[in-house]
Amino acid sequence: MKSMEELVNVYFRPGRLPHLWCPGCGNGVILGALLKAIDAEGLEKDNVAIISGIGCSSRASGYVDFNTANTLHGRALPISTGLKMARPDLNVITLSGDGDCSAIGGNHLIHAVRRNVGLTLVVFNNSIYGMTGGQYSPLTPIGSRATTAPYLTIEPSFDILALAQAAGATFTARATTYHVPVLVDVLRKGIRHDGFSIIEVVTGCPTNFGRQNKIGAPALMMEWQKDHAVPRAAWEKLDDEARRGKFPIGVLFERTDEKEYTKAYDEIIERAQAAKKEETA
Amino acid sequence: MGRVLLLQGNQAVVEGAIAAGVRFYGGYPITPSTEIAEGMAKRLPEVGGKFMQTEDELAGIGTVIGASMGGVKAMTATSGPGFSLKQEMIGLACSAEIPCVIVNVQRVGPATGQPTSPAQGDVMQARWGTHGDHWLIAVSPSSVPECFDLTRRAVALSETYRCPVILLMDEIVGHMRERIELPDSYEHLPVVKRKAPSVPPEEYMAYADTDGSKVPAMAAFGSGYRWHVSGLVHDETGFPKGTPAATKNSQDRLREKLAKNEEDIVKAERYRADDADVVVVAYGGAARTAYDAVDLARGAGIRAGLFRPITIWPFAERAIGELTQKAKCLLVHELNCGQYVREVERAVKGRVPVRLYAKYDNEPATPEQLLAEIRKAAEGIKEGRQ
Ligand SMILES: Cc1ncc(C[n+]2csc(CCOP(=O)(O)OP(=O)(O)O)c2C)c(N)n1
Repeated sequence: MKSMEELVNVYFRPGRLPHLWCPGCGNGVILGALLKAIDAEGLEKDNVAIISGIGCSSRASGYVDFNTANTLHGRALPISTGLKMARPDLNVITLSGDGDCSAIGGNHLIHAVRRNVGLTLVVFNNSIYGMTGGQYSPLTPIGSRATTAPYLTIEPSFDILALAQAAGATFTARATTYHVPVLVDVLRKGIRHDGFSIIEVVTGCPTNFGRQNKIGAPALMMEWQKDHAVPRAAWEKLDDEARRGKFPIGVLFERTDEKEYTKAYDEIIERAQAAKKEETA
Repeated sequence: MGRVLLLQGNQAVVEGAIAAGVRFYGGYPITPSTEIAEGMAKRLPEVGGKFMQTEDELAGIGTVIGASMGGVKAMTATSGPGFSLKQEMIGLACSAEIPCVIVNVQRVGPATGQPTSPAQGDVMQARWGTHGDHWLIAVSPSSVPECFDLTRRAVALSETYRCPVILLMDEIVGHMRERIELPDSYEHLPVVKRKAPSVPPEEYMAYADTDGSKVPAMAAFGSGYRWHVSGLVHDETGFPKGTPAATKNSQDRLREKLAKNEEDIVKAERYRADDADVVVVAYGGAARTAYDAVDLARGAGIRAGLFRPITIWPFAERAIGELTQKAKCLLVHELNCGQYVREVERAVKGRVPVRLYAKYDNEPATPEQLLAEIRKAAEGIKEGRQ
């Protein structure tokens, strides 16, 4: 596998650095892992599209040398879907923040999942609205402080992978910015999956989540990830009591019994053209 | 050889889109535009294209923008409530210069309004619906054959000028049935293609005005030209740049790319207007009443005529201004409380009186009703009243 320096040289667009992320932000770790996964899968730059919404995390698309788009808040999935319909041959990777894809884009998420469009969705879950300065998101843990929750949040948060599974997901996975080898592995598997894959990446936002919630320095946020994430195999052996407050990482769910959407659409084209032939015969 | 058919305006839009090479449609059903979605669902896969019924109107235009980035001509259709939902994405298409066609078959608004009744209350929204300064094109058909022609033209304009084009219809034109003659095959009809880059990938800048036309060449995603689409203010490289100079340059080019080409873009029809004292200004479904009303007025000895903007935006400022050299009064007739009339007043600059016949009771005017307004205008001229 290429070193990070080599990956930067090959895949970063010259002149686009420095990035806008704060010191200690996990977004760079996720982008680095994504480049490792793309490189390891041997994908051609021309055949990769990276489509993002709006948010700190969504800025990632502009830094890397693929077919890229930084679109609108919450709308990365419909735009990715349209592109995939036009060009099923492309590897379309969608990047989205927790707010971007579970709040304003939540409706698009459940329907992209349900259709099983061949996209790889990477959710940068930093538990907060980073770009706008620390408001709570649907993935902010209940009882957290946010600039719009000075008296702590009373809203339960989503488990976004359970949400996706309920919507009919064919591939779900989770990793953290502490568990980089796991992250690279699930990204590779997600890219390879012939259908919609959702990969939640637990990441730290020291500036807007950590500070308000007195979690402390970036390294402590990584420690938290280390202490709370449990690899899937070990997770299976834990009872409910031991699972409390922790979360599993790795590929959590996968099935291959459903056609990818654009491939299923080819059957519509076949049926329509056969019917047309009959009509004109 | 051709086919003579009895088609609805909405069905003619479908045929026009297929003929223009539209191969992707994404949208959400809404009266009175639904026949367009239904028609595209049937017709697109027959020609190898794709149709998607999306979860909402935002996703509808989102998939259209994505497909267009992939190099496929793409269209969506909706009506008032859905048109409101699409506005943010229309702004993205303006800023990132992604060709696409948005059909709005207007109904009575605001809110749910009256789904099956005609109105033209979205004419200003078609121009100013999305936030911020922006420039786009809107065209408005008055007949079923024109639905076919203007859909093709809307696609061609969006591809030529890299901007969203609104096909602004109304319930009258969308739902009425008329005779239309269509070719047996669309294969021989010219299809406009967006300008492709003339430089190798390493020299390509997605927003550079390389030929002075102000319209940058657009490479499809996956064509070997890797570039960045952004709704942030960007420079000619396509990457965000928010300096005062970059911001102004970008706005200037987006404005000039249409302003420079107004001769090609802005079209209107003149009916018995050359020697007319009273010129009715009407567009879309409302203009249909005007042909008869003008004939009736001529029969009654009033020199009346019709000026029908086909391109609604950019506004036919020069042509309307020129009308005042002959006409003694302009009578704007529209199916709203008076929106376009203000644009007409701006162009006329007080040189002749501009009157308004606003009809906003969910029914089109009859020729007799419009004739009565023409008579009032003619009497006003005689008496020197404004
Ligand atoms: C329609 C719309 N509403 C609101 C905003 C403002 N806004 C920009 S990013 C953002 C939230 C970002 O949070 P998240 O999606 O979690 O991404 P992060 O910045 O944390 O990576 C908001 C509310 C916007 N750009 N557009």
